[in-house]
Amino acid sequence: MAVNLVKTLLLTELVQGMGVTIRNFFSTKYTLNYPEEKTPQSPRFRGLHALRRYPNGQERCIACKLCEAVCPAVCITIDSEVAPDGTRRTSRYDIDLFKCIYCGFCEEACPVDAIVLTRIHEYHMEHRGENIMSKDKLLAVGERYEAMIATDKAADAPYR
Amino acid sequence: MLQSISDTWNSLSAYGQHTVWTTVWTLAITVALILSVALLTLWERKVIGWMQLRRGPNRVRILGMFPGLGQPFADVVKLLTKEVIIPANANKFLFLLAPMITLIPAFAAWAVIPLSATVVVSKANAGLLYLLSLTSMGVYGVIIAGWAANSKYAFLGAMRSAAQMVAYEIAMGFALVGVIIASQSLNLGDIVERQQGGFLAWNWFWLFPLLIVYFISGVAETNRAPFDVAEGESEIVAGFHVEYSGIAFALFFLAEYANMILISALTAVFFFGGWLSPFAGYLGDSALAQPNIGWLLIKIFIALFFFLWFRATFPRYRYDQIMRLGWKVLIPVTIVWIGVEMVMAWYKVGPWAKVALWAQ
Amino acid sequence: MVEILFYIFGTILVLGALGVITSRNPVYSALLLVLCFITSAAIWLLIEAEFLAVVLVLVYVGAVMVLFLFVVMMLDVNLEELRTGFTRYAWLGWLTALAVIVEIVGVVWVRGVGIDVSKSPTPTAPDYSNTLELGRVMYTKYAYPFELAAVLLLVAIIAAISLTMRRRPGLKVQDIGKQVAVRAKDRVRIVKMNSEKRS
Repeated sequence: MAVNLVKTLLLTELVQGMGVTIRNFFSTKYTLNYPEEKTPQSPRFRGLHALRRYPNGQERCIACKLCEAVCPAVCITIDSEVAPDGTRRTSRYDIDLFKCIYCGFCEEACPVDAIVLTRIHEYHMEHRGENIMSKDKLLAVGERYEAMIATDKAADAPYR
Repeated sequence: MLQSISDTWNSLSAYGQHTVWTTVWTLAITVALILSVALLTLWERKVIGWMQLRRGPNRVRILGMFPGLGQPFADVVKLLTKEVIIPANANKFLFLLAPMITLIPAFAAWAVIPLSATVVVSKANAGLLYLLSLTSMGVYGVIIAGWAANSKYAFLGAMRSAAQMVAYEIAMGFALVGVIIASQSLNLGDIVERQQGGFLAWNWFWLFPLLIVYFISGVAETNRAPFDVAEGESEIVAGFHVEYSGIAFALFFLAEYANMILISALTAVFFFGGWLSPFAGYLGDSALAQPNIGWLLIKIFIALFFFLWFRATFPRYRYDQIMRLGWKVLIPVTIVWIGVEMVMAWYKVGPWAKVALWAQ
Repeated sequence: MVEILFYIFGTILVLGALGVITSRNPVYSALLLVLCFITSAAIWLLIEAEFLAVVLVLVYVGAVMVLFLFVVMMLDVNLEELRTGFTRYAWLGWLTALAVIVEIVGVVWVRGVGIDVSKSPTPTAPDYSNTLELGRVMYTKYAYPFELAAVLLLVAIIAAISLTMRRRPGLKVQDIGKQVAVRAKDRVRIVKMNSEKRS
């Protein structure tokens, strides 16, 4: 008790606490200078969505609507019709990025690996309505980043 | 041009020259203080960032150099261009008056603070009392702001801060009584002069408990962490200045930081020998042993660092604990030490050995 | 110059004092009273009584009026209720006012006979310290009245506390001293357990 009283009067615990902060003051900082430095990403990173095509240019998506069914945020809207070549294709494939929670279930559910989540996470919208990713936009993303998507899928394949 | 200026100066009466000189000095100190506040906000964010293993602001540059240095100026521009929102049921006159009332004492106190043996706006004899009365007026801004905003949160913050400031003023005043006994003067310049002779002759050595009490009360008086229950963002949002925005809020901010600098300067003057060199008497006649305004600035800087260090280290006190600390711990400690000091003065120990007691 | 300042401060003081008694909002009254204290301190500064001026601000503005404002802001004063007894007690108010006027006249006029009030005080030497002189007089010539006043104030403080302090039964309070004195080892026991084999 007496020891505690002396400790309290001499503010030892406060001085100890200040010792901790001053040690950290001089130690290496963990912050990354973001646009210049970036943290490494996993190939499983779930960012912006993309629709893929087969190497011959044919759309992978067969409008099975499994992704629409599994989506917990109900952000996918799909309309389907018969394409001129007789196959079943989507006429509309919209993803509302504001509703999407980036859970990746659509990717898991897809039987033909059509819808994928890419590693792109630095995107923004400037006008109302841009949050809806239409089929054209999704396909464009897929075409543009096909190389990245392919390597990511290959890297992750052994664990699936 | 220069000739005409000197002619005008010489044509003024002695009284006029004094007036002009004082005005220029006041403006210079005010501008320097505002600039220091701007840099202090940046330094605070940097220090707290470093203590939390972050880097702190480092994006806004000046002329493409000095990363982070432009941050306070960018903040000022942002606050200046924002709208000052006056709540519908607020008392408009008092609502706008409150930030000014908070700001004025923080700046007016600098009138008696000696920056060096000759550089001081007013060599008032009752300088210490003047300081105490001005710091006690700072609380009005807080109370009026809290009441005029017509908001429960603001009012709670104002009540808390009023009680806290009144309580800690007493502990602060008692700690200063010890300083007065040691230096036998209320004039700040004299208080510094009485501490001559190296860092062991300064007041902090013989008045160490009073230094601790004074600094803790100073932190409480400026409503800084860990005594910032008046703002307490986790309980009452932002306390007395919840309803303030734009430049009105910036004035509160300015006053808080100016008060921090003031308390640091006072700590340097009362306990750490103001502009005196810590090596006087140890290094002979070398330049390091000479009194210099630079020493005062270094001491203020170190004291300010302690403010930031406290904020980065300690969690906020509970309100009743603050009251207990002020009334039941700090005041008894000061009273005990004033008793000790009386004994030391009577037997001429320490600083009282060289000055004749009851001189004059 | 001093005369001009005196009349400026005097005008503010009189207007502020009038505001204190005519204002309908008690918070305004309290704030105007603060203004009165500050201007009277300024007037005292003009006659070189800097110690008294500063102490007036320190004690009344810095402490007393803060508590006043504290109470006035907390109370929701009902003006209608206050006015009900106004006429009934008016004679008491007039009587008090009359007594105060008589006293002020007594001080200013009767005791002031022979003193030329229109003359400004003789300027004192630059190293003259008002504080020092006051302290010297207070601790030598008026030591006993000073100590008596101090004891009287102490008695008043103790009386006020003992009158208002009630120990309410059943009131649950925290003993902060105990809370603060708690050590980690009194509350938490750290148990070291080795990991067990998977069965």
